[in-house]
Parts: sequence; structure tokens; C-alpha cells
Amino acid sequence: MFGYIVRRALYALPILLGVNLLTFALFFVVNTPDDMARMQLGAKRVTPEAIENWKAERGYDKPRFYNDKAFGVSKFTDTIFYDKSLKMFAFEFGAADDGRDIAEEIRSRMVPSLAIALPTFLLGLYVTVSLALLLVFFRQTALDFSGVVLCVAMMSVSSLFYIIGGQWLVAKIWQLVPISGYTGGLDGARFLILPVLVSVVAGIGANTRWYRTIFLEEVSRDYVRTARAKGLSELRVLFRHVLKNAMIPVLTGVVVVIPLLFMGSLLVESFFGIPGLGSYTIDAINAQDFSVVRAMVFIGSLLYIVGLLLTDISYTLVDPRVRLE
Amino acid sequence: MTFLPIILWTDGVIFALVLIAGLAIRQIRRSPQLRDAWRKVFAKPIGFATFVALGFFGVIGIVDSLHYRPALPAEPGVEKQYSGEVLSALDALLAPLRLNTEKTYSAPLATRLFARETVEFEGGGQARIFPRLVFGGAHLASEDEWVSDVLKRVSVGLLVGGVLTGLLWLSVRRAAMRESPRASSADGLHASASEPEPAWRAAVLTMGALLVVSAVIISLASGYHVFGTDKVGQDVLYLTIKSVRTALVIGTLTTLVMLPFAVALGILAGYLGGWVDDAIQYLYTVLNSIPGVLLIAAAVLMMQVVIDTHPEWFSTAAERADARLLALCVILGVTSWTGLCRLLRGETLKLRELEYVQAARAFGVGTVTILHRHVLPNVMHIVVISLVMDFSGLVLAEAVLSYVGIGVDPNTISFGTMINAARMELARDPMVWWSLVAAFVVMFLLVLAANLFADVVRDVFDPRRV
Amino acid sequence: MLGLALLGGCADVWNNPYPGEGAGEGILYSAFISRPKHLDPVQAYSEDEATFLYQIYEPPLQYHYLKRPYTLEPAAAAAMPSVLLYDASGKRLAPDAPPQSVAYSVYEVRIKPGQMYQPHPAFAKDAGGNALYQWPDSERLGDRKAISDFSDTGSREVVAEDFEYQIKRLAHPHLHSPILELMSDYIVGLRDYAKKLRDTAAGAASVGWIDLREYPLSGVEVVDRYTYRIRLNGSYPQFPYWLAMPFFAPVPFEVDRFFAQPGMAERNLTLDWWPVGSGPFMLSENNPNSRMVLVRNPNYRRDETYPCEGEPGDERAGLLADCGKVLPLLDKVVFTREKESIPYWNKFLQGYYDASGVSSDNFDQAVQMGGQHDVSISDEMQDKGISLLTSVAPTVMYMGFNMLDPVVGGAGERARKLRLAISIALDQEEFISVFLNGRGVPAMHPIPPGIFGYREGEAGVNPLVYDWVDGKPRRKPVSEARKLLAEAGYPNGRDLQSGEPLVIYLDTTGTGVGGKAQVDWLAKQFRKIDVQLVVRSTDYNRFQDKIRKGNAQLFYWGWNADYPDPENLLFLLYGPQGKVKSHGENAANYENPEFDRLFERMKAMSDGPERQAIIDRAIAILQHDAPWVWGFYEKAYSLQHGWLHNRKPGRMIRNGLKYQRIDGEARAVARREWNRPERWPLLLVALLVTAMGLPAWLDYRRRERATATVNEH
Repeated sequence: MFGYIVRRALYALPILLGVNLLTFALFFVVNTPDDMARMQLGAKRVTPEAIENWKAERGYDKPRFYNDKAFGVSKFTDTIFYDKSLKMFAFEFGAADDGRDIAEEIRSRMVPSLAIALPTFLLGLYVTVSLALLLVFFRQTALDFSGVVLCVAMMSVSSLFYIIGGQWLVAKIWQLVPISGYTGGLDGARFLILPVLVSVVAGIGANTRWYRTIFLEEVSRDYVRTARAKGLSELRVLFRHVLKNAMIPVLTGVVVVIPLLFMGSLLVESFFGIPGLGSYTIDAINAQDFSVVRAMVFIGSLLYIVGLLLTDISYTLVDPRVRLE
Repeated sequence: MTFLPIILWTDGVIFALVLIAGLAIRQIRRSPQLRDAWRKVFAKPIGFATFVALGFFGVIGIVDSLHYRPALPAEPGVEKQYSGEVLSALDALLAPLRLNTEKTYSAPLATRLFARETVEFEGGGQARIFPRLVFGGAHLASEDEWVSDVLKRVSVGLLVGGVLTGLLWLSVRRAAMRESPRASSADGLHASASEPEPAWRAAVLTMGALLVVSAVIISLASGYHVFGTDKVGQDVLYLTIKSVRTALVIGTLTTLVMLPFAVALGILAGYLGGWVDDAIQYLYTVLNSIPGVLLIAAAVLMMQVVIDTHPEWFSTAAERADARLLALCVILGVTSWTGLCRLLRGETLKLRELEYVQAARAFGVGTVTILHRHVLPNVMHIVVISLVMDFSGLVLAEAVLSYVGIGVDPNTISFGTMINAARMELARDPMVWWSLVAAFVVMFLLVLAANLFADVVRDVFDPRRV
Repeated sequence: MLGLALLGGCADVWNNPYPGEGAGEGILYSAFISRPKHLDPVQAYSEDEATFLYQIYEPPLQYHYLKRPYTLEPAAAAAMPSVLLYDASGKRLAPDAPPQSVAYSVYEVRIKPGQMYQPHPAFAKDAGGNALYQWPDSERLGDRKAISDFSDTGSREVVAEDFEYQIKRLAHPHLHSPILELMSDYIVGLRDYAKKLRDTAAGAASVGWIDLREYPLSGVEVVDRYTYRIRLNGSYPQFPYWLAMPFFAPVPFEVDRFFAQPGMAERNLTLDWWPVGSGPFMLSENNPNSRMVLVRNPNYRRDETYPCEGEPGDERAGLLADCGKVLPLLDKVVFTREKESIPYWNKFLQGYYDASGVSSDNFDQAVQMGGQHDVSISDEMQDKGISLLTSVAPTVMYMGFNMLDPVVGGAGERARKLRLAISIALDQEEFISVFLNGRGVPAMHPIPPGIFGYREGEAGVNPLVYDWVDGKPRRKPVSEARKLLAEAGYPNGRDLQSGEPLVIYLDTTGTGVGGKAQVDWLAKQFRKIDVQLVVRSTDYNRFQDKIRKGNAQLFYWGWNADYPDPENLLFLLYGPQGKVKSHGENAANYENPEFDRLFERMKAMSDGPERQAIIDRAIAILQHDAPWVWGFYEKAYSLQHGWLHNRKPGRMIRNGLKYQRIDGEARAVARREWNRPERWPLLLVALLVTAMGLPAWLDYRRRERATATVNEH
């Protein structure tokens, strides 16, 4: 197992390198260092000298991949790619274009993002799995059919609508919770209720339908019939056998997203004024601050790879037959 | 000619798509197996009904894809010239909607503007009133007639729609009778189990509902703004109808773009294994591990730079906007092929070990032939399922991308740009709700139809399903 | 559900976004939309930043809070600075000497003695009188992450040297002051000084602290503890306006030294992030992602009082009620980040923001507008005690023609007529009513009302675009535009020779909300004269690039005046400021020798009839050449609740927070009144869950029983 993990971790390196190269190439076509400087220096009274200065100070005046003028190793290390992209492997994200430290920013924004994403994830999982089991229990009845249609209908509504509608109804008309905002600590709970609720509701349609499909597949297996024939109650069959055996397909979908919870949600955070990583990313896109975007891409892909690894490990925990070689 | 036909890039692809669909239908008719499967789809009321609804949207989209540039009035001694404005056949049909603009907001079916204005009277003096609309309800001599006029128009619409539905029902019955005279007399008693009857009733009901609603809307639209007007006085009904094409283009072209990648790479990786498999796996893990929105944002911005640095490529604004739409589809396609590719790879891995594939290999049949003859047909159901499943997700994604500012060109009418603009309108008092609601409702119908259809298709095609 | 019930138990208002803070206290609640990028007084230049910075730093001068037109008065200075003019030989000239003869002018500023900086760890001293937090390495910094983590603070008197130090900071190579280039033209020796510092910084091994005190700047002289002089090249009557900006506020060297220590910048401990000033407020909480809090500076000088005179009408408006009270009147100001407009607006309506500060599109619900000057708020708002304040901002929004463009540009008659035709066709009145809800005044020329040079009435109307009918300007009819278009050689929007339709290209960044609506509206306007408009929307950088290279044809642009002087607006069309030619601010690349001559003369004059005459002539030239579609002057526009007092609109006045007062009691009552939670939905949800669960449960029981009976067999 340990060997397997090490091997997978090593395998992640070329992938991260690929991600790095790709984003670096993409972003530098869009955004030349001159553009960055202009974006940061504002629209009023900007002189070419100021731009040159800005670039030199932040190291954007170097060549991109290969430095002719340098010697030895620094032919490769004295370049923008090395400075801005490769250093991320050592978790040195550097400063954002506005001069603030990205790592610090990420640390402080992780908490609000998780405060929304984790409850959403857990509550969402609980609600959708129970709903799906309910539908499976009543399979091939009108209840199941209308449930599926309802799920599809809920899937067909744009997520923006859930947010706007939820804010309008719960916070404006009923005045049950603050419309937006965030504070740390227990007091913050009141700010989290609505965004969590909205995100859970928005996810019900797609997820319930997905779990239902998985459970239905299990229900039709032979062992379920045997269990039922043995005289086990239907509920017991569902919870003891079906749920347990459906774990692998469920885990495949679920575990991968757990690390990505850190990344936060772009829309929800913006609308509810939550200072998380999602709104950080949106701000960075809008301000075309690509140092931040690059760092977020790197972290995102790292977390994705961690997620894949966790999925594999979780298989062994659920099903002892699975061995990682 | 009084107009110059224009084939925009997306138009071309749409026509190609229609052609492909035609070829596919021919193929399906030839293969008994496929014909059977599709028959099952149409035998389900939901399957047929949603197909009809999708077809309805499809027709709107296709009509909206016939673009042209109208000729300018001829002038002596000057070569014939065409306007720089690119219109579509749908624009021509909806010309009254497009051209009858008001000054600013007006509510659905309103006769007056939504905002007060200071009006000066001829005799002197002024007052702040809600002025009458230029077009909406302008035919009314007095606004007291509004209720009766609206009712009259609605009933005319209902009547026409009802009559059309009745005619449709009759013709369907007759056609069905001619095809199998016994079926109608004995009500399907003789229909064999392998060839289920199409659910004509659901189809006609859906079509009827669409006809009635369209007839009522058409009848009302000749005198009012049925869904109101937006900030600059454009008819919201017109905008929603125009959005349909954008949604369809994004939903279909994207899958079309990604399909060759996904199928070719997925099958190759699964069948060949070895370094090819490693390389392809590497490629899709890299693409997959970049957060989607960020990858799309980067690509969209990059493509915008390319478009901006080559203004000479596009002679009209419509071509620019169209290029951006197509590029968006390509980008979405490139970022979303990985899922299907992985599925196909897994399926091919299984197929490779099957006896007849092994046998074919033993007989020295070429790789290409094996892939074409034995592997491809056996993974087609996955392709079909993911095609229909992805459609609705892409339509919804467009709205979110427009919110982030990386969606379609701001000149393109789409659900995303409508919803994005409408966010502000909710903060007004009294609220301007109609453009948001109109966009959401039409988008909901489209996506719901696509989702339900996809469900039916999956039920039928997925062999593992109960 | 449980959480809601618990919350419901402890308060009768559930949606208060400020838990733990009493509504009754002297706290002002405000919002900010985009985060400030810089809080360093030599860098900050945008409005987002000014919101905070002007409350924290106190420059020598300020604008009188109530008087209009804007008048400067001393702030940190003891009196208005005295000006001495000299000619090239060093001989003193009379104050009214002709500007051409002035070789340099000297401004002498005396500051008030006894002013103290806010408490700050940079001033903290140990028993020996040495700086307490001055360490050789980052080790001892420990885990301190914010200024509040430093337990000891100190303060110090503001002295003339601090003002000199800040002027030197303008030239600091790492700070990129946006006004360095401009000031280098005026302040004697600043350009060489900047170069010297650059060389020093490049020569230094590490990016450490440059002690600017060791490098003298020839243009600034400290006379005594409370007096300093600034020497300017030539005559620059607009200079005092700059002295009212934080660019010239005092900055103590201790603070720079403190933040330059190793380890500080990595933790975002920089002056750019944690401002240190002598103004009425200080920044106590600094989280630009969600919350910024200003609290009263305990060391703020006690002699700053609320003004006792203002404009006529101020008395009636209750703006003089607090006459003579010591400022600031607020204890604390809480700014919350609100990125989306809907939550912002709704929180204002619920009483959680005291005013809707910015003039943004989303607040148009409250306002019903009639004609251009007829704006009032809805009855519902009035019932809530909300009031509306409007004033014309010193801002001009325009659509520029690129004068280098072969179609619309150039001095030729053909292009000029085309420009005029477009100017007439674009109905600014409609634009203002549709997009700004009346928050604008159609512009006739670059100078907005309230600034010298603007003229009311018929004399101020652009005669080429407007007719004067019945004592009011009326836009010329579209037929006039079409006629001009025909004269320009495009009858019915088609080129006379080739017959090709005329296509005009507009470049915008067009990403914002409402971008599409504006594009649609513009196309509609151009259609009136049969001209096709093609909008090329692009991202900000590409747009800037086009403007810089002169590749645009038509573009939207705006200018927010730095100070209320016509020079700051007319220079936008001054030839040597050409964007393409010299990276200046003349984005239209307009060049007219006669206008340039008039501008140069006008610039150095003081206000008076002579200056007005020159401005009138200059404006007539501009109106004739029509290098811009004169757009509109923005109206600053703010809504406020009844419990917020002493707010007077005026975009120039950015340090207004110290004058404002909150009636906390009234606010507390209103909040309770307006935010009664509706409890029934909770009950409904509970009922719904039961109602949905019940049949399922019953059915389940039935099935169980059925299986049981089957099994018994």
C-alpha cells in the first residue's frame, strides 16, 4: 500500500508539470507582462517608465522559458516560467499582482470556503442518499416516477435561479437570516444557513437521480434476492446490503470531490459575500490577476490528484477484496 | 437577388449536423437492432413527447440559422450593395417583434411604459405620467378595451390552436390507419411485442399544446409585447426566441466537437494499451485536473485576443460574434471530452477480451477493421447516452459562464446574457421580473425536455438497466 | 431547522448581519464593492481607495465641507500656504505677474503644532528611548500577523519633516506613484531625485529600507519644526489642490523603517496594507475580502470642529445643527464587502446599511425620474424616512472619436460633419433617462457644472447640437443629423461614390452588467441615421492597447476630475497630451494649435472674467471640431436613512466621514420594526416534511405487513 501511494505521488509530478505548462502557456498568450502592469497601475497617468519599473520589480522582464544571457543552470532558472510556475512545486506562490502574498491569502480564505462547502457536502450527501433510497424503496410506483420527474425538473433549473430565489424568499421576504455576509466562529452560523441550504437544494436533483441509478443496479443483483428470500425486511435489505455494496460506485463519485471542497464555490460565495477561495478566484479572473489564477489552478489540480488517490485507498477500506499493488 | 445568403461558421456546422442526423436515420432504418431500440424510445409517451418538444425548438434553431444580408435600395450608377447587418430567416419572420421597440421597460401585455416620464402638453404645462407605448396596445382606441381585446385575442389563439391540433390528430390517425389498418381497429392487439406502437397520443398532445400556446402568443404578439420589453425597449419574446438557437448551438456543437476526440482516443487507449494508453491517460488526467471554469476562462480570454488581433477576418459584427460562439463550443468541447473518453476506454478494455474480438485478431484482421466492425458498434450506446445527457448541462453552463464574464459575445442573444442582465432588474421597485422569468421558463422547458428524453434514451440503450 | 429555532430563541431580529454590535451605538455601517488595491498614500488614486485613505491621512489642506463651489481650507496646515513668485534671475515678482515671466514659485506651508499620529507600534519605545520593535532578523517577529498583535504602541507629534519625507516617497522606485511623472515637471529636482534613488536601489544588494532622510531633495526645504517650503518650476496655480490629497499628507519615517524589517512584507505587514496617519480615523480591522473597520483616532487634534457656515439652504437642511462640535462625530465605521448589488440593496432597505454610498445602477428602484432635473424617491422609500441627495459630480463621460482614424478623424470638413451628425443622433437625454435614471446632465463641453468655466443658460449650450427653444436647450432633430451626414458624403448612410454602407466601429470593454443593453441602445441610435454600428467588445487590456496605438474608431471614456479646476478637464484635449504621441490623457488624439495656445494661457491664470473669455473661446473651438460626442456629467447620488445626519453630496469631498453623525436609537427602533422574521414558513416546512413522510411511512407499514404475511406461509 505504501509503495503504491509513493508510486502514485511520483506519477502526479508529470501531471502537475503538464498542468503548469499548459496554464502558463495559456495565460501568457492572453496576458503579457505589460498587460499585467497596466491592469495594476490603473488607468490614470500611467507612463511607459512606470510599466518597465513594475515589470522589473516583479521579475516579469525576464525571458519566458530560456535565458540566453545567464550561465549554467540559471539559463533555465532565471526565467519567468521557473520563477512563477515551477516554484509552486515548493508551495511558493509568491505575491499576487497587487503585491499581496498569495499563500497567506489562501490560508485565510480556506476556512470560509470550507465552512460552506463541508456542511453542504455532508448534508447534501445525507439528503440525496436518503431520498434516493426512498425512491428505490418505492421503485416502479407512481411515487418513484414522479420523484424522478421532479429530480429532472430540479436539475433543469439554473443554479443562479436557486441563489437569487433563495435570497429573495428566505432573506428578503421572510427575513429569517441575513442576506449576505460572513463572520468566523459560532456567530457565523446564521450566515451559513442560507447558502448551505441553497447549495443543497440545487444539488438534490442531479445527485438523487445518480444515486438512485446506482442503488437500482444493486437491487437487481442476485444476493439481494437471496437476502429478501431469507426473510429480511425490505428496509434492512436496503440499508444492510444495497447501501454497503453500492459503496464503490458511490465512492468513485464522492471521494474525488472532497479535496476540491477547499476550492469553494464561485457563485455562492460571490452572492453571499463569503470571503472564500471561490470568490478569490472570480476576483482574480475579473482583475486578470494571473498569478492568483495560476496558483489556484495548481492547487486545484493537486487536490484532484489527491482525490483520485483517496478514492483508491477508500476502496480498500470498504471492500477488503480490493488490494492496491 | 434582394438578399445575399450568408453562411456563418455555426450555420455551416448546424447544416452538417442536420445532414449527419439524416444519415444516422438512414443507418438506423437499415439496422433492425437500432430500429428496434429507437422504436422503444418512441413507444414511451415521455420519449415521443419530449422528442416533439425538442423538435419544435430544433426547427426554431434551424430557421434562425438561415442567415442573409438584405440588399440596400438600388441607386443609379452604383453597384448593388448589401447591408452590413446579418439577419436570419427567423428575424424576417419576427420582423414586427424585432422592430417594434419601446423606449424602455414595459410589463407583459402592458399598454404603458413602466417608468414615469415628464410629458409636456401642447397647451403648456407638464405632468409626470406613464406614457402610452409606441407599439404595445397602440391599436386600442381607449385602454378600457384592454381586457376585452386581450380576451378576444386569447380566444382566437385558443381556437386556431385547437383547430390545428384537431387537424393534426385526424391526419395522424389516418396515416396510422393507412400504415396498419388493423392496429387502429383492434387497438394494438395485433401489434407484435417486438414492434411497439409509437406513442402517438402523447406526441399529438405535446404538439397540440405547443400549437395552442404558439397560436395564443402569435395572436397576442400582433398587438402587444407578450413578455414585456427590456431596458432599451426590445421585445423580450423576441429575445427569448433568439436565445433558443444559441442554446442549441452550444448544446449540440460542443458534443459534436468533442465526439471525435473522445471516441478515437478512448477506443485507442482501451484497445491498444501500452504507451498509447499511458499517453492518452496522461492527457486526460492533466485536462481533468485543471478546474473547469479556470481552464475555460483562460481559453476564452486567449481566443478573444486572437479575434481582437485579427479584425480583418470578420467583415460583419455577426461574424465576430459567431466566431466567438463557435470558439466557445470548441473550448467547452475540448474541456469536456475527458469523461466520455474514460468511459469508452473502460468499455473497450472489456470488449477487447471478448471471444469474437480475440478470434478476429487471431484471424489476422487489421486493427482498424476490428475497431470499426466490432468495437465501435458496441460502444455506440454509451456515445448516444452521453450525447443526450450532456446537452442539458451545457445549456445550463452557458448561463453561469456568462455570469463569470467568459460566456458568449455580448452581442449574442442568449439565455445567459439575458439572465445576467436581468439580475439588476430584480433590485428595482416595483420589480422587473419578466425577462428573468421568460428566460428561465423557456430554458427550463428546453432543458427539461432534453433531460427527460435523455432519461428515456438511456433506459432503452443501456443494456445493464433494469 | 434546529439552528433557526435556537437563533429565534435569543433575538427577535434574526437577520442582523452584525452579530454582537449594538445598533444604538455611534457606528456607521457602509459597504464597499471592490477591494482597495493600495492604501499607501503615494500610490492610492482610485475612489475605492479614497474611501478609506482620506479618513486616515490628513493632508495640509481640505475642501470646505459645505461651501460650493469647492473652496480649500487648511486641514493639517495652520493657514493657507503663502506663494512667492520669482523670475529667472531670482528676483521676487508681484503675485499678479504674468505667468510667462515666472521662473519658479515657492509655496510655504505652516502646519499646526501639537498634532499627533495614531497609536502605532512603530512609535513604541523601550525604556532606553529606542524603537521597541526594531529587530535585526525576522525571528522575533514570532507569529504576529496583524498590527494588533503588537502589544505596545506609541505616538509622535507631526512635524514638517514628515511632509518632506512623503514628498520624497513620491520618487521611491518601489512605490510607483501615479503622479510622479506629473510632479516631476513641477517640483524642482524631483526627476533627478527619482533617478538617483533608482540607481541607489539597483546598486543595493537587497531590497531593504532606503532612508530617504539621507538623500536631500532640492525642491523641498524644511524651515523649522512646523514649516516647510516647496519650490515649483514656473507658475502652477492648481498646486494647492494637490495639497488636499493624501499624496502630500505626512508620513513618519519610523513607520517605513518599521515595515521594512525582514519578515514583515511576507505577512502583508506593509504600509500599503496598514496605513498610519494623523487623520480622524484609523484602520483597526483590515480584511479587504469582507470587512474593513475604521475607529476614531484617539490622538486626533481637538481643534477640528464642525463648520458653522455653508451654502444658503444648508441651515434649513439641518446641516448646521452640529456647528462647533469637535470632530469626528462617529466612533466607528464598519465597511462590509458587498460584491453583488441585490444583497447590497436589500440590506440597505432592511436598515443594515445607513446609506447606499456609490452611485450605481442598482439603486434605481427607489428613484422615479421625470425630466433631467426632476428626481425624487418613491413613496415607499419616503415612508421609511429615506432621503435622496444628488449633486453633479466633477466627472465627464464622453464618447471619443479617434482623430487619427481615416473615417471619423482628421481636421477635414467631411469627417467633422460626420462627427457632428453622430453627436446629434446619439440622444444623450434618452441615455441618461434609460441607463442612469436621470442621474446625469447632458454635457455641452468637457467642463462640468460647479467648476469654473461652466456656464448656465443659453450661453452654455452647444449651438451645433442644441437649439435654444423656450428657454431650454433642445437637441437638434434627426433630420439635421441626416442632412449633415449627406453633406459629409454619406446620404442615407451610404458612401456617395461607392454606395457602400457606412459602418462605424465602437470599441468597448463591455463586460459589465448592462453592457449588452447599452450596445443595443447605441445600435438603435445609429439606425436613426442609417449608419451601422459594429461593437467590438474586448477585454480591458486589449481595449487599452487599441487606444494607445490609435486603432480604435469610437470609444467610451470618462474622466473624474482630480481637482475643481478647468485645467484638469481641458487638458484632456490638449495636443501634447496625445495618447498615441506621448502616452498622455488625450485619448481622442485631438490636436488644434489654437486650442493648445488658449489652453496654455488659461492654465496659468487665476479665475476671473479674462479666464472665462479664454475658456469660452476654447470651448467654441472644441464644439466646432466635435472630437467627442459630449456625453454627460454624472450626478452623484446617494440614498440615506433618516438617522444619518450631516451628509452633503460632493464628489470632491472625500474626507466627509468625520462630519457625519448617527442617531443610533432611531436606527435600533427601525431595524427592529423592519426585520420581524416570518415564522410560519418554518412551520410550513415542518408540516410539509410530515405530510410527505406520512404516506411513505404508511405504505412502508403496509408492505412490511404484506411481506410478513407472505413469510408466514
